[in-house]
Amino acid sequence: MTELLHKPWPWYVTGPLVGLVAVGLLAIGNKQLGVSSNLRHLCAALAPREVAFFKYDWRGAGLWNLVFILGVVVGGFVGGVLLANVQPVAITPAAHASLAPLGIRDFAGLVPRDFFNWHALLTVKGFLMIVGGGFLIGFGTAYGGGCTAGHGITGLADLQLASLIAVISFFAAGAAASFLVLPLLVPR
Amino acid sequence: MSARERFLGAYLGVGVLFGIVLTKGELVSWFRIEEALRFKGLYLYLVFAAALAVGVPGFALLKRRPARSLTGEPISVAPKVVGRGVRYVAGGALFGLGWGIIGACPGPLFALVGAGVGVMAVAIVAALAGTWTYGYLRPRLPH
Repeated sequence: MTELLHKPWPWYVTGPLVGLVAVGLLAIGNKQLGVSSNLRHLCAALAPREVAFFKYDWRGAGLWNLVFILGVVVGGFVGGVLLANVQPVAITPAAHASLAPLGIRDFAGLVPRDFFNWHALLTVKGFLMIVGGGFLIGFGTAYGGGCTAGHGITGLADLQLASLIAVISFFAAGAAASFLVLPLLVPR
Repeated sequence: MSARERFLGAYLGVGVLFGIVLTKGELVSWFRIEEALRFKGLYLYLVFAAALAVGVPGFALLKRRPARSLTGEPISVAPKVVGRGVRYVAGGALFGLGWGIIGACPGPLFALVGAGVGVMAVAIVAALAGTWTYGYLRPRLPH
């Protein structure tokens, strides 16, 4: 039984639950699933300065979402620590063969430990990967008005053309980054 | 206690569920994301397809008038203005670049912090700096 709890979920369990979360938020409070909005709400709460983009009632617009994202952190602890999968991730052999040349030996856990640790921040490559990647995510999602959740799930579930454009764009850029940029930033 | 505050507990609960789904479903897994972005496996695409198989009819059903949410609001999703679409192409591309480099999108960044990958908190702070910079430059950017 406990072994079952630690196993990763298959796509046909994960996918419908993701859809259910989006539909559930709409049904509960007419809220739209979207995580990157929280970055804007946090900026508005912490450092609005004289920037018009951050001059709005962030409590009224985003308190529910900040509470939601706090729940995601807690859920991450439940799913990633209490119910952690101890086996290496079951990616396809083709994926394994494609990623191993980047210098990955350990395929256990949620991220390659060689890349994502505090020491990595002190290296140029690690800093660019973690801080540079994070910065681009924050800038790009604000510019594009959403992320994989807001555009990829909510926007597409609502059949919005804008979201389809954004999704195609971030998958294409993500593929390019994985093939072309990532190999330059891995520690070697 | 106002109705708004009463429902905050519900949002916290749905957030916890979403965090568990993200981790147990391996959507926070760097390996799964890079597998998908290198077109070496279908997992992430199947998750998206299954999510939309629930989401599309769910949204369509809820948007039929006169559906109201549990808080009593009429359910409506504002259509996004496509315009010239520059923001969706350019913003999407910049986000995708960061996504491919770090192997996690915003939701997973938060879930990973909870899952014990503490260094992702630095990525979140960097993302806040990115969002702030966008807000600052916004009047000068094409949309």
